[in-house]
Amino acid sequence: MKFRDKQPALYWCGVALVAIALIALPLVLTMVGTAWVRITNLAILFIFLALGLNIVVGFAGLLDLGYIAFYAVGAYVYALLASPHFGLHLPFWVILPIGAFFACVAGALLGAPTLRLRGDYLAIVTLGFGEIVRILINNLSSPFNITNGPKGITRIDPFQIGNLEFYNSDTWLGILFTGPAKYYYILLLILLAVIAINLRLQKSRIGRAWVAIREDEIAAKACGINTRNVKLLAFAMGASFGGIAGGMFSAIQGFVSPESFILHESIMVLSMVVLGGMGNVWGVIAGALLLSFVPELLRYTVEPAQQALFGQMLVDPEVLRMLIFGAALVLTMRFRPAGLWPESRHRQEFAGGATHE
Amino acid sequence: MEIFIQQIINGLTTGSVYALVALGYTMVYGVIQLINFAHGEVVMIGAMVAFSVITALAGTAAPLPPAAILLAGVAAAIPACMAIGYLLERIAYRPLRHAPRLAPLITAIGMSIILQHLALLVWSRNPMAFPQIVDNPVFTIGGAAITGVQIAIILLSVVLMAALTWFVYRTRFGIAIRATAENVHVASLMGVDANRVIAATFVIAAALAAVAGVMVGTYYGITHYTMGFMLGLKAFSAAVLGGIGNLAGAMLGGILLGLVEALGAGYIGDLTDICKWPLMKEAVAERCAADGHLILMGSNYQDVFAFLVLIAVLVFRPSGLLGERVSERA
Repeated sequence: MKFRDKQPALYWCGVALVAIALIALPLVLTMVGTAWVRITNLAILFIFLALGLNIVVGFAGLLDLGYIAFYAVGAYVYALLASPHFGLHLPFWVILPIGAFFACVAGALLGAPTLRLRGDYLAIVTLGFGEIVRILINNLSSPFNITNGPKGITRIDPFQIGNLEFYNSDTWLGILFTGPAKYYYILLLILLAVIAINLRLQKSRIGRAWVAIREDEIAAKACGINTRNVKLLAFAMGASFGGIAGGMFSAIQGFVSPESFILHESIMVLSMVVLGGMGNVWGVIAGALLLSFVPELLRYTVEPAQQALFGQMLVDPEVLRMLIFGAALVLTMRFRPAGLWPESRHRQEFAGGATHE
Repeated sequence: MEIFIQQIINGLTTGSVYALVALGYTMVYGVIQLINFAHGEVVMIGAMVAFSVITALAGTAAPLPPAAILLAGVAAAIPACMAIGYLLERIAYRPLRHAPRLAPLITAIGMSIILQHLALLVWSRNPMAFPQIVDNPVFTIGGAAITGVQIAIILLSVVLMAALTWFVYRTRFGIAIRATAENVHVASLMGVDANRVIAATFVIAAALAAVAGVMVGTYYGITHYTMGFMLGLKAFSAAVLGGIGNLAGAMLGGILLGLVEALGAGYIGDLTDICKWPLMKEAVAERCAADGHLILMGSNYQDVFAFLVLIAVLVFRPSGLLGERVSERA
């Protein structure tokens, strides 16, 4: 029996408390420093990305190492359609779906030739795809300037709903709402919708088909699942989540450049999914939060700690972060292969030592 | 025509390096049916170790002869890389031999990140100039230039490939490797120590990678902690092109990929020059007037070719040029 049915009063009290905490969070963080609200916003974007990748890696079991390419597609679609670069200034609710659509097309383009491939081949091809997208963005500045090359695109429009601007501060009911805080609320709303979609998706007919393919593709095929279409759908759907996240990233940062879409970012998102628990929505969210905030904490602690211990900076926090990611991937796979918060089915699979041969 | 011959020479040189690295991928794939994802980083470590040794030796008051210094660099890089290859197998692959396929791949990615950033800490974040100590005479063939280093790289690769082929096909241990690749369980029953064979395969692959690393360093004159990534990807594409698991395939694939890349980079600028397209000429006449060229894709797209080849092979001939095995063994 679920906790919700056993103790309804307690359950709803808990939900209310969490809701109040989530609403109050940016206001509290603003007092600490607006930087932390920005960090929280980025963390939410990474949750979007991790959830999108989770569809591909966690649900369908297809290892995608070029996921950041879809984020890049979304970000650049937004940047091109809402900046002085082309002189276009469409509202964000028009662009975000367009970005999602383009990312979705990119996902299908990547998926179509690679569908027949097994896990490790797929990983390398997706890696190559990610690189192709990055190389394209870097070089599509001549002879026709589309992406503005390595310089990136600046002065991207922020979100705007009617007269409500998202980049400046406003005071309502005597409370100061900074730009990042306003973004936080819209991100939170979209996040809730995305989580709901993911949870429903997991239990849906398609979600179960994905799991079936992940567990045994031949058996899934024998059960009448159109594996080609269902895998393609996983790619396309994961990609469109990435595209939406990319568009919001563009708007929040106001600036995009190819630097933001390197392989390390793909690996970071993959680490979030793997560490949190492939296939488990809540685990993936926890993984994304963990890997978003730990590096920030490192930034504030590693430097003083090293100064105190050795009198100089030995290890750059950025490098330490990557070392920790690497070690986290290795250690998670060796000692908790299903992640910190595994999905129940994955847990069985890894415990049973099932081999895929 | 000079451009053509020049690009063939350049392609053969990079192709030989790809072939050496591709052999590492293909051998490891042969015995455990998994991609050694961190293989590119082993190449990078090889180049880095050689860089340190060569810089140190060349900087002494009475330096050894240049050839001896270079040899010392290679001699230091090989054991260092072999150790890393062994560690890779012990940490990232052996404990997960019975886990789902995704697991060792992810640990290998982790190891690759760790190796990269350790190299960043030990050496530098910036590209380092590889000391050019040996004389590099330039010869001319049909109007194209070939340097001493290019000749040395091609010859050394041929020697190494011949040695590897002899080792795999003519020695007892080579037979054990082939038996393990054929069927690990049956090989074990016949008295082959599978763990030893698999570890040895990683180590041999790493030794080849070390030599390849020194070659890349000397050829391009530069080392960087991220150089292993692209090189590894290309070499993997080469292995797939030739048919992964097949030694001759890796050699062929490497050379072919090197040629495709060099010729592609040499000609793509001309081919995508819109001013030369009859249909487009009129439309862009205004912009062509300036300097007569409007190049859509220049040689900065060079890195894309390897992936296009990879994707094309996987779509049209997944088993590669020489591969017999079906790549898709679910």
